[in-house]
Amino acid sequence: MPKTATRQKTTTKTNKSLSNGNNKFVKQKPEEKITDKVDPKVSQNEHKERKKSQKGLIKNVEPELLKEMLYQMVLGRIFEQKCAEVYRIGKIGGFCHLYIGQEAVAIGSMMTLREDDLVITAYRDHVQAMVKGIPPEAVMAELYGREGGVVKGKGGSMHMFSQEHNFYGGHGIVGGQIGVGTGMAFAQKYKETDNVTLCFFGEAAVNQGIFHESLNMAQLWKLPCIYICENNKYGMGTSQARAMSISSIAQKAEGYGVASEFVDGMDVLAVRAATERAIKRAREKSLPTLLEIRCYRFMGHSMSDPGKYRSTDEIKQYQLRDPIFLFKESLLDAKVITDKDYEEIENRAKEAVEKALKFAEESPLPDEKELFTDVYA
Amino acid sequence: MAEMTIRDALNQALREEIIRDENVFIMGEEVAEYDGAYKVTRGLWKEFGDKRVVDTPITELGFAAVGVGAAMAGLRPVIEFMTFNFSILAADQIINHAAKMLYMSGGQFKVPIVFRGPNGSAYQVSSQHSQALEAFYANFPGLKVVMPSTPADAKGLLKSSIRDDNPVVFLEQERMYGLKGEVPEDEDFLIPLGVADVKREGTDCTIVARSMTVPLAMQAAEQMQGEFDVSVEVIDPRTIKPLDIETIVKSVKKTNRLVIAEESHAFASVGAEISYQVMEKAFDYLDAPIKRISTAEAPMPYAKNLEELALPDVPKIVAAVKEVCYL
Repeated sequence: MPKTATRQKTTTKTNKSLSNGNNKFVKQKPEEKITDKVDPKVSQNEHKERKKSQKGLIKNVEPELLKEMLYQMVLGRIFEQKCAEVYRIGKIGGFCHLYIGQEAVAIGSMMTLREDDLVITAYRDHVQAMVKGIPPEAVMAELYGREGGVVKGKGGSMHMFSQEHNFYGGHGIVGGQIGVGTGMAFAQKYKETDNVTLCFFGEAAVNQGIFHESLNMAQLWKLPCIYICENNKYGMGTSQARAMSISSIAQKAEGYGVASEFVDGMDVLAVRAATERAIKRAREKSLPTLLEIRCYRFMGHSMSDPGKYRSTDEIKQYQLRDPIFLFKESLLDAKVITDKDYEEIENRAKEAVEKALKFAEESPLPDEKELFTDVYA
Repeated sequence: MAEMTIRDALNQALREEIIRDENVFIMGEEVAEYDGAYKVTRGLWKEFGDKRVVDTPITELGFAAVGVGAAMAGLRPVIEFMTFNFSILAADQIINHAAKMLYMSGGQFKVPIVFRGPNGSAYQVSSQHSQALEAFYANFPGLKVVMPSTPADAKGLLKSSIRDDNPVVFLEQERMYGLKGEVPEDEDFLIPLGVADVKREGTDCTIVARSMTVPLAMQAAEQMQGEFDVSVEVIDPRTIKPLDIETIVKSVKKTNRLVIAEESHAFASVGAEISYQVMEKAFDYLDAPIKRISTAEAPMPYAKNLEELALPDVPKIVAAVKEVCYL
């Protein structure tokens, strides 16, 4: 199998441009050399650099919120680890795409939202669903295909929805939700609300026509939509380098006049800061933004992914930059939390996941009559 | 009642619904400034402006998706496809998204949207602009499929479709936009979806026709009456999904003979489905095998003579009726 291309230097350099947040466009640097090299030193340096950045940004956020962000990240991690565990013993069926490694993206961006803001995402949706407020019980019961699931056992892993929480799903067709999210933003403008829409998708979705159609309309009609490209470097088992002629997704946004930024997706506070800028632009000026958030999934594409397309060295290198580890260290250094606090956070998350698991185990299977309900309104 | 064309009846329905409900808007290519490629939206942009009548780029998948998202968020979009051939570009949104959203979300997110525009053949526009897609869309649970054949039906059915909480595929016919008829002027004139209409009563043979084949079936019925004294009943289901099979079965039980006339390819067509359901529900009442007239099993050719050969027409329907009547 080909070795995996990574772009360490791009991430480092573009992060610097994040700090001057008022720029309409972050200028794209010329295409940097794509390297197959796996170098732990690079990772360690980047980790250090992000720590420095977090030290600066930490002051801008309330300590209680910082703790809650860390809790949500830990909860997401432990929840997904539990999913992997019970998937392997057959408790969860079908496709199951885990979020492990990408937590800083959902938490950093979504915890800047108001309750009435809208969120839509692809099929890697468990953590986004919980961050938007859906109880872990309802998500786990959905994974179990039970009556108590958030969509009554009809959607499964890929299709979490909650109208109450303005969570518009969980979508299984790569890129499809980019257009739907654009329509949700269209409706907010039409109804003259100041709600913003966060629309998540992976970098491979950028190769679909709907991405380009959506960005064109969003800028043409000035829609308050924030497009969050979670660039985890692989579309299933195909690396970005093998699938995309230009590696900069932010540069593609420029083609439509849409403002864009690169963000390091290992850094929850950098994600937060960039999202805040995008939200301001959307809420106050009704303008779209594209955030290319570079992250890495530590697990396979789905539970059925043997992962032969990338080296364990590569995974290890990114694990050195674990977003939870980074944020935890930053909060300890800033004395926002103590080791004991972290232990408590972890225990609380474990308890929440155990509670969710118990709820799912005890929730009955859907009644057979449910096969034919909700087909038509 | 006022006499008007199908085009104007559709226009009136759109106008009335835009006025009635502030969440209704029309979106599509050339619907606003250009007044509609087939003038169905004539005058609406001038009257209601950019917010309610939205011109789009040529981006079918994109604007269908915007419609789906807007419908999920509480609006009632009417999405015009310049022709339904172009809806195939948007099929991912219609089939993978609109049709399944309510179900996938456990009943939480309704998608009250109408996808409308001309379906089927026009005048010598060749292979990529002449397809009839009702069987394609009717195959998917979650979608409703509507096909009017008169100005009154066009108005009443479109208004019902816009008020319906489900995604509705509303199939018009370019050849029929100029067809005239009496239309009730009542602003709440609605024709319920899923109810067939007996367009002509008869006792000897039933023709089930829809859209363009309804006027052809009516002419065939007159000819059979005049030349052979055969009394033909013509039924227009008007809604393909849900299908009012009861009205069809009732008629077959009376006439014992069935001809289906449709402007789509025969293989796995709506006519095939009707044949199956009639076989299931009225097998013992049939005095002859069901006969079907469909478009030829080839892409639509350009040459006028070949196009005519491909399409259903009155002589073909008359021949089919004679065959089931053993004449």
